[in-house]
Amino acid sequence: MAIVLVVDDDAAIRRLLRNTLVRADHAVVEAADGRDALARGAADHPDAVLLDLGLPDRDGLGLIPLLRAGGAAVLVVSARDATEEKVAALDLGADDYVTKPFDTDELLARLRAALRHRRPAAAAAQVAARGDLSIDLDRRLVRRGGEEVHLTRKEYDVLALLARQVGRVVMHKQIIAAAWADDDEARIEYLRIVVRNLRQKLEAPGPIGSVIANELGVGYRLLAAR
Amino acid sequence: MAAGRPDPDALLRAAAQEGRGRLKIFLGAAPGVGKTFEMLSEGLARRRDGVDVVVGVVETHGRAETEALTRGHEIVPRRAVAYEGRTLFEMDLDAVLARAPRLVLVDELAHTNAPGSRHAKRHGDVEELLAAGIDVYSTLNIQHVESLNDVVAGFTRVRVRETVPDGILEAAEIEVVDIPPDELIERLKAGKVYLPQEATRALDHFFSRSNLSALRELALRRAAQAVDARMLEDVRALGLGGTWAGGERIVVAIGELPGADALVRAAKRVADGLHGPWTALFVETPRAAAFTDAQHRRVAATMTLAAQLGGAVATVPAPSVVEGIRHFLADARATQLVLGKSRRSRWFEWRHGSVVDRLVRDSPGVTVHVLSLAADAPAGPSSAAKRGGSWGSRTGYVVATALVAAVTAVASGLFHVLDLGNVALLYLLPVMAAASLFGLRTGLFAGIASSLAYNFFFLPPTGTLTVSDPENLVSIVVLLGVAVATSQLTARVRAQADLAARGARTNATLAGFLRRIAGVNDAREAAQMICDDICRLLDVQVLLLRPGGDADVGGGPTILAASDPDYRLGPVDVAAARWALDTGGPAGRGSGTLAASEWLFQPLAAGGRVLGVLGVASDRAGAPVRADQLPLLSSLIDQSTLVIERLRLEAEMRDVDAVRTRDRLRAALLSSVSHDLRTPLTAVIAASAQLHQGASPELIATIETEAARLNRFVDNLLDMARVEAGALRLAVEPVDLSDAVAGAAQDARRALEGHAVLLDVPPDLPLVRADPRLLHHCLLNLLDNAGRHGERAGEIVIEGRNRFGEIRLSILDRGPGLPPGREEEVFETFRRLQGSDRASGGTGLGLAIVKAFAAAMDMGVAAANRADGGGAAFTLVFPSPLVVRDPVPEALD
Repeated sequence: MAIVLVVDDDAAIRRLLRNTLVRADHAVVEAADGRDALARGAADHPDAVLLDLGLPDRDGLGLIPLLRAGGAAVLVVSARDATEEKVAALDLGADDYVTKPFDTDELLARLRAALRHRRPAAAAAQVAARGDLSIDLDRRLVRRGGEEVHLTRKEYDVLALLARQVGRVVMHKQIIAAAWADDDEARIEYLRIVVRNLRQKLEAPGPIGSVIANELGVGYRLLAAR
Repeated sequence: MAAGRPDPDALLRAAAQEGRGRLKIFLGAAPGVGKTFEMLSEGLARRRDGVDVVVGVVETHGRAETEALTRGHEIVPRRAVAYEGRTLFEMDLDAVLARAPRLVLVDELAHTNAPGSRHAKRHGDVEELLAAGIDVYSTLNIQHVESLNDVVAGFTRVRVRETVPDGILEAAEIEVVDIPPDELIERLKAGKVYLPQEATRALDHFFSRSNLSALRELALRRAAQAVDARMLEDVRALGLGGTWAGGERIVVAIGELPGADALVRAAKRVADGLHGPWTALFVETPRAAAFTDAQHRRVAATMTLAAQLGGAVATVPAPSVVEGIRHFLADARATQLVLGKSRRSRWFEWRHGSVVDRLVRDSPGVTVHVLSLAADAPAGPSSAAKRGGSWGSRTGYVVATALVAAVTAVASGLFHVLDLGNVALLYLLPVMAAASLFGLRTGLFAGIASSLAYNFFFLPPTGTLTVSDPENLVSIVVLLGVAVATSQLTARVRAQADLAARGARTNATLAGFLRRIAGVNDAREAAQMICDDICRLLDVQVLLLRPGGDADVGGGPTILAASDPDYRLGPVDVAAARWALDTGGPAGRGSGTLAASEWLFQPLAAGGRVLGVLGVASDRAGAPVRADQLPLLSSLIDQSTLVIERLRLEAEMRDVDAVRTRDRLRAALLSSVSHDLRTPLTAVIAASAQLHQGASPELIATIETEAARLNRFVDNLLDMARVEAGALRLAVEPVDLSDAVAGAAQDARRALEGHAVLLDVPPDLPLVRADPRLLHHCLLNLLDNAGRHGERAGEIVIEGRNRFGEIRLSILDRGPGLPPGREEEVFETFRRLQGSDRASGGTGLGLAIVKAFAAAMDMGVAAANRADGGGAAFTLVFPSPLVVRDPVPEALD
C-alpha cells in the first residue's frame, strides 16, 4: 500500500520490521545508517520512515527534518525512553514515537494513523468514529451509542483537536495552545481535568484510557478504531 | 587509662613526628665546652657516611680547630641584614630550604634574629627546617633553657634574655657535651673560650668551680629527663602500661605582680619531675577590675608562657584569691600547689592575713610549694589604682553636705522633744547614706561634717567647737566609725556583685555562642556564625581560613568566612596565616612570628591536625585583643574548633557510609544481574529452540512472558543505575491519579494475569504533582509485586483516598503478607523477604526503586500488612504540598 523506509543499524530489527510490514502489504526499503537513509529517501520517495535514533554515523534526531522535507511521515522507533527525547523528536516534526521493545500491532496502528494524517483527504474527515462513539466536527456534535453527549466548550475543543489527528499523539503544549489560546496562564492541570471529564462522559465503564490514551509526560492520543 | 590500650594522643604525636626532620641538640653546661666542635665533627662523620650535610650557620669565634672542621663542610652563605647602621649576618633560611639537604648544622639555638627576620628567634627557623623534613643539629647552653632560666640566674647572678622553650628540648635528641669543670677553667685561662664582651664583668663569678659543677649537673639532669620523657611517650604509644608516677596534678597560682613567670617555670620543673599535668591558675578577684593595662598584659604574658611550657591555663572569678584557689584545687583534684609569697608589708599581712597560711590551713592533702618572689615589685600598681579611683565625685560631697544640713535643720526643729543622744543617732543617717552611696571618703567627710555640726549646734557649749563633756567625744568617734564600716561593707558587696555579673556575662556569652552554633549543620554557615559572634563579642575583625586544597599545587589558605566582607589581607598577612596553618602555632601581630602582620592568626587544632586558623584584627594599638579578653577568645576558639571538627567528622562519616552502601549495592547487583538476566534468557532460548519442532501456544506464551520479565528487569536496572548515579532528572507536572493508575494497570496486565484488579480511585481526587514517568514505574513495580506475592486469583485493590489534604494511594493484595515487624525492610535493595521470591521471579530491585523514586519526588511510601489481615498493603503518600488545588471552574468551560 505504502512505501516504508526502515532505518536501523541492526540487521535483526530490520528483518523483523520488513516481515511485519510486508505482511501488512507495505513495500519496504532499508537503510543501515544516516547517509544511506537520506539517499534512499531522495531516491525512493517513501511515504513513511521508521527511524532509529542511535545510528552509527549521526544522531537520528538530526535526520527528522530532512526526511520530513521529502514529504514522508516519520515515526521514531528507538530504545531511548526519556521524555525529553520524545518531546524533542516530536518538536522536530516526527509524527509519532515508539519505544523499543515494541508491540508490532501497536506499531502498525501508529503507522496507519501517520499515513492517514499525511493524506489531505483523510485528514479532512468530517466524522471520526471509534466503536459506539462518533464525532461530527462540522456540526460540533458528539454521540455515544446514538445518544448526544453534552460537552463544555473546552471539552469539545480538546476532543476535536485529538479527533483531527486520530491515532496520533498530540503534545500537551499543542493542546493547551489551541484550546486556551486566549489564556496566558493556561496550565497543564486544566488539561488534566478536562481530559478526566471527557473520559467520564465518553468512555464505557471499565478500564480508563480506552478512548483517550495518555502518553506519559508528552501528550494524549485518541485511539483509532481497530 | 586502662593499661594495654595505646594512648591515642601519644600515637598522634608520634604520627606527627613522621615526615618531620629530627632535631639533635648538643647541650653544654657553659660556653667553651666544645659543643660546636662536637657538632661539626659529628656532621663530618655523617657526611662521610654519605649523608647530604650543609652548615646553615656556625660561629667559630676564630678558633683554629673549629675553623678547620668547617672547611670540610658545604656552607650555605649567610644573609646580610642592615640594622641601625650595622650589618648583621643571619642564617639564610630560604636558601637552606631551597638547598634542601638531609641534615643542616645550626649553631646557637637560642640566638635572637635581627629585627625584621621571619622568626624572632633562631629556634623558629629550626622549627621551620624540621617541618620541611630536614634534620637539624644545633647547640645550646643549659642556662638558655626556658624553665631553668631562673635557677641558673639564681646562683650565677647572670641572667640571659635569650631562652628556648622546653617543648623544643622535649622533642629533640640530646647529647651532653661534657668536660670536667677544672678542664674548662684551664681552657678559659688558656684563652680558648670565646665570651661576649658584656659577660666579662661577671666572668670570675660565673666560671667558679662550684657554679660550673652545678651547671654541669643541671645539663646532665635535663638530658636524663628528656630521655625519660621520650621513653614515657613510647610506653604510652605502645600501651605498655608504664609505671609513671600517677595522679599528681600541679596547679600554679599566678598574679599580676612581677615574678609570676618565675613561678610558672618552677611549676613546670615540679610537673616535669612528677610527670604530672599542670595548670596555671589566675584568680580574678574584684581587684582585677582596677588593674592597669600593664598588669593585664603581665597576666596574659604569664599565661602565654605557661601555655608555651606545656601547661594548661585557667582563669576563675572568685571574691578572694584564697577562695578561688581552694575551689579550683578541689575541682581539679590537684595534689601540688605552687605559690609565690610576695614581700608585702607587715601591715598588709596583718590586715589581710597571709594567703599562704590560709591556703595551707584550708587545703589538706595538697603539697604547697612556696617561692619567695623578687622584692623589686614596684610599689606602683595597686596604690596607683586606688589613688586613681576613689576620691569620690564632687556630687557626693555636695549631697553629703546637704544631708548633714537637712538633719541639722530637722534636729533643731525637734530639739525640744529629743535628748542629745537621739540627736547623735539622727546624724548616723547622712553618714550611712553618704558612705553607702559614694564610698569611704565621702562617708568620712559626712562623718566629720556631722560631728562638727553636732558639736557646733547641739553640744554644750553650743555655737562653739569645744567639747565640754568627754562623753560626747564618744558620739563623734562612733559617727566616724560608722562611716568607715558602712562604706567598706557596701564596697565589698558592690565588688562581689560586679564580679558575679562579669562571670555570668562571660558564661552567658559562651553559652549563647554554643547554643547558636550547636544547631548548625553546614560548615560554611558555622564559619560565618563563628566570625560574626567573635566579632560582636570582642569588637574585632575576624577571619576564618582553612587549609588550601592541595599543598603540591601551591594551594594557600582559603577564606571560609569573614565578619567584615571588606577585609584586607596583605602578603605578610597571608604568610602569617599560612604559617599558623602549617605549624599549628600562632602567628602575626602580638605573636613571635611575622609580627609585622596586621592580623593575629590562631590555629584551630584538634587531634594533632590544624583544621583552620582564626584571624583577628582591630584598629587598637598593640595586640588586637585586650589582654583580659584573651581567655574568652581562647574559649571561643576551643569551642569553634570542636564544632568544626564535629562537622568535618560528620561529613567524613557520610562519605564513608555512602561508599560502603555503594560497594554493597555493586556486589548485590552483580549477583542479581547474573541470575535474573540469565533465567528468563534461558527460558526464551529453550522455548525458541523447541519452536523448530512446531509452534504451540504454550511455547509462545512462555517466550512472551519471559521476554516481558526480562524487559522489566532491564528497566529496573536502568532506573536503579540512574538513582545511583544521581542522574534522576525530574519533570514534575500535575498528574491525574486515576489516569496514572489505569496506565500502570494496563502496562502491568501480564503480571496481573489471573488476579481480579479493582480500581477504587474516586474521579474527584485532586491532581498531584509528580514526574509521570517515575510515578508510572513506581506503580508498575508495586503492581508487579502484588501480582507476584498475592495468592493466585486473589483480588488486588488499588485504592486512592484523600486524608485531610494528603492523598494516599494504596495497593492491597491477598496473600501471606509481610513478616510482622520487618515490613520496612522490603524497600532495601535486593531484599527478598520470606525467601520465596526466587521461585516467584522477583528481582529484589523493584521496591527499592519505588522508595528511591518516591523520595526523589518528595513522596512517602509505606509497607504494612492489611488492617483486615491476609495480605500486604503498599501505600504511596502525597503530602499536602504535592496536592494541586482544583483549578477555577471558568478555565474549564
